Amino acid sequence: MPATEQTPQFDPLAKPEKAGLSGPAGGTETLTEAGRLMTVCNSCRYCEGLCAVFPAMIMRRDFPDGDLNYLANLCHGCGACFYDCQFAPPHEFDVNVPKVMSRARAESYQAYAWPRALSGMFARNGLLISIITALSVAIFIFGFAAANDPAVLYGIHTGPGSFYKLMPHNAMVVLFGAAFLYAIFASVMGARMFWRDIGEPASTLREPQSLWQAIKDAGKLRYLDGGGADCAADENATPDHRRFYHHCTFYGFLLCFAATSVATFYHYLLGMVAPYPWYDAPVVLGTIGGVGLLIGPVGLLKAKWTRDPDMQDKERFGMDVAFLAMLFLTSLTGLALLFLRDTSAMGILLALHLGVVFSLFITMPYGKFVHGIYRFMALVRYARESHTAT
Amino acid sequence: MADLTKKYDVLVIGGGNAALCAAVSARLEGASVLVLERAEEFYRGGNTRHTRNMRCAHDAATDTLTGPYPEDELFEDLLRVTEGETDEELARHMIHESKDMLNWIVEQGVRFQPPLGGTLGLGRTNSFFLGGGRAMLNALYNTAARIGVDVLYEAEVTDMDIQDGMFVSATARIDGKDEIIRAGALVAAAGGFESNIEWLKEYWGEAAENFLIRGTANNRGSILKILLDADVQEIGDPTQCHAVAIDARAPKYDGGIITRLDCVVFGIVVNKHAERFYDEGEDIWPKRYAIWGRLVAQQPDQIAYIVFDHSVLTKFMPSLFPPIKADTVAELADKLQIPADTLEKTVTGFNAAVVDGDFDHTILDDCHTEGLEPPKTHWAQRLETPPYYAYPVRPGITFTYLGTRVNKQAQMIMKDGKPSANMFAAGEIMSGNVLGKGYAAGIGMTIGSVFGRIAGREAAHNARN
Repeated sequence: MPATEQTPQFDPLAKPEKAGLSGPAGGTETLTEAGRLMTVCNSCRYCEGLCAVFPAMIMRRDFPDGDLNYLANLCHGCGACFYDCQFAPPHEFDVNVPKVMSRARAESYQAYAWPRALSGMFARNGLLISIITALSVAIFIFGFAAANDPAVLYGIHTGPGSFYKLMPHNAMVVLFGAAFLYAIFASVMGARMFWRDIGEPASTLREPQSLWQAIKDAGKLRYLDGGGADCAADENATPDHRRFYHHCTFYGFLLCFAATSVATFYHYLLGMVAPYPWYDAPVVLGTIGGVGLLIGPVGLLKAKWTRDPDMQDKERFGMDVAFLAMLFLTSLTGLALLFLRDTSAMGILLALHLGVVFSLFITMPYGKFVHGIYRFMALVRYARESHTAT
Repeated sequence: MADLTKKYDVLVIGGGNAALCAAVSARLEGASVLVLERAEEFYRGGNTRHTRNMRCAHDAATDTLTGPYPEDELFEDLLRVTEGETDEELARHMIHESKDMLNWIVEQGVRFQPPLGGTLGLGRTNSFFLGGGRAMLNALYNTAARIGVDVLYEAEVTDMDIQDGMFVSATARIDGKDEIIRAGALVAAAGGFESNIEWLKEYWGEAAENFLIRGTANNRGSILKILLDADVQEIGDPTQCHAVAIDARAPKYDGGIITRLDCVVFGIVVNKHAERFYDEGEDIWPKRYAIWGRLVAQQPDQIAYIVFDHSVLTKFMPSLFPPIKADTVAELADKLQIPADTLEKTVTGFNAAVVDGDFDHTILDDCHTEGLEPPKTHWAQRLETPPYYAYPVRPGITFTYLGTRVNKQAQMIMKDGKPSANMFAAGEIMSGNVLGKGYAAGIGMTIGSVFGRIAGREAAHNARN
């Protein structure tokens, strides 16, 4: 008897420690858990009408890491599936898709960061971005002070070219152009990594149908509404209006970008030099966008704070807050500059604004900003998959 | 906030679809309503948590239904699945009322989704809840809270004062204290007794110890028992329950939909002696789905194994646990701890008896066995492509049929044939009136919603008079 008792036997009826653990374990703990959840969810599918994640899941039986990263970035984190799930914690199946996908998403940002050496930026993102911003602002202030006579720095400058008395236009263009190009280049490199990781052919990005569908889905935030009921902050379906605030933020950002583009056009092609009068396009666009960039981030931050703690990915709090704070500060300093540009505070405000914008640019590829890129690309792939499947 | 010192107009016992429809409906009629749900908040709603759709009659296609489903057709379907074991008058009344349910339930905040890939080919007849049953429950609870229904969780009713068919008060265990709750009328919507293993044992003996319960552990039938003991007339076969074959590794309670296995058609099913015991190709889904629970319950130790080979691995919906896998039939038997030589003999014998045909699992195809006992009359394909796989299965109990007899007003009927003065019933606790046998997808929710709404309305009127 003892001999047989000592032989470890495979018990066909033993309940696996955690439901849904099948197939090879993922590359990380988070991906292993995401894979487990997708196995559980794929045998239920009640959530197929909520968003894009579940229909994309249904198209698969196995979940390699690349696909999990795709699904994680496709997830908008609305939270509807968490409240709808009969297997959510405290159920022993412990299905918490929004939280695990959020974590997987954040880890994917780190994995795709370019250059690799800077992927650590994501680890203590809030702190690092604060330091970079503070340094950037300080350098602009000291730079202005060192390069200019105090009379110029604290003087009152009005009329065309007043900003450039503090920093020559060409210097501004070279510095910010370089920062901007760097941000674009690093983001493109990250996007390439993502696309390769999920195993989608480059040709998909040349499909007008998929691109247009993704532009519409992203532009409307189609999947941030839990299938039509708006995002809920809690089980009682209290709306947190994240979609509205995100629209304020995103379109505010676009309007500010448009303002800068128009101003560049004015400067080089029409020979009109900033600052522009309040009724002119760059100021109007910048002001409206700036207001959006004040309301949006505050609303999103509030929603983040009031969100059900069960769904929060607390480790990523710093990254989310940092990006929202950067957008808010960009707008705040920009608007302050607009309203006080005819006073002696202009010099310092200009340094402050340029410092914030500069750090926004250089940290873009290493913060929450990248979610927009990967989310959009995931939507492109989903659009391709959906019309290929039907 | 619930006030246990006051006499409510309507007391609803239970917390699922039927209970909440009754509570909302009574409140909309102006009654004060208290809901006592035995479960903790997360597990509220009993079997409704695990549902996904309801079957309501409708005369035209809608945004979420692909075509009309006339009352007569629904009745025919009900007649077929119950093999006539239904109260025709009640059933027709329910079906008629089900039409307006599609509007009413949406007014209460419940949302439906259009038919998609996973809706099991029921897109014409059944309305699917967006997000499933728990989403539906959340909507009803939110509505109930908004209109002023009081709800208490972890409030188990342990006794009732019923005098000559008239409800006077209920005793409930709340926060560790026994509270007496008075109400003008009662709606019992507390489900069946499928989680009460002791009760199941009365009919199934020790075999019931090996049953797995697909819903929560709270469906203990205690309210049903109190009512039957208080001379309410019973209906439905007490020995019967809806049983399907589910993964034997599922938890004892609340594994829900994701433990189901519908791959019987793709292989063979053997018992612990490695012998086949029933025609795996007898019938098409969903009928075969509902017979295998009972079949496995009749096998020794209430265990069976669905055995198939690699060629069909991806032909059916993935399930929660991976199948057990081996390179040879003998090795598979070893892993399953069933006799290897018998399993080899069973598989070899089966393979030899297979007559080739055109395999199509969506119809009763012509792939069958010849000279084999028991035969596999359709979808018979040889098991010859390694690796080999098996799923262990046990009976998974969904619901029970025993209940309280009611009339068209959802009013309970007493043993003497007279309606109770102020007691109403809705949902699984009275489903036996309409569904004496069998099952049709979504019909349980129809019974719950329709009779819940009726019971709530009638109880409110009753309490006022």
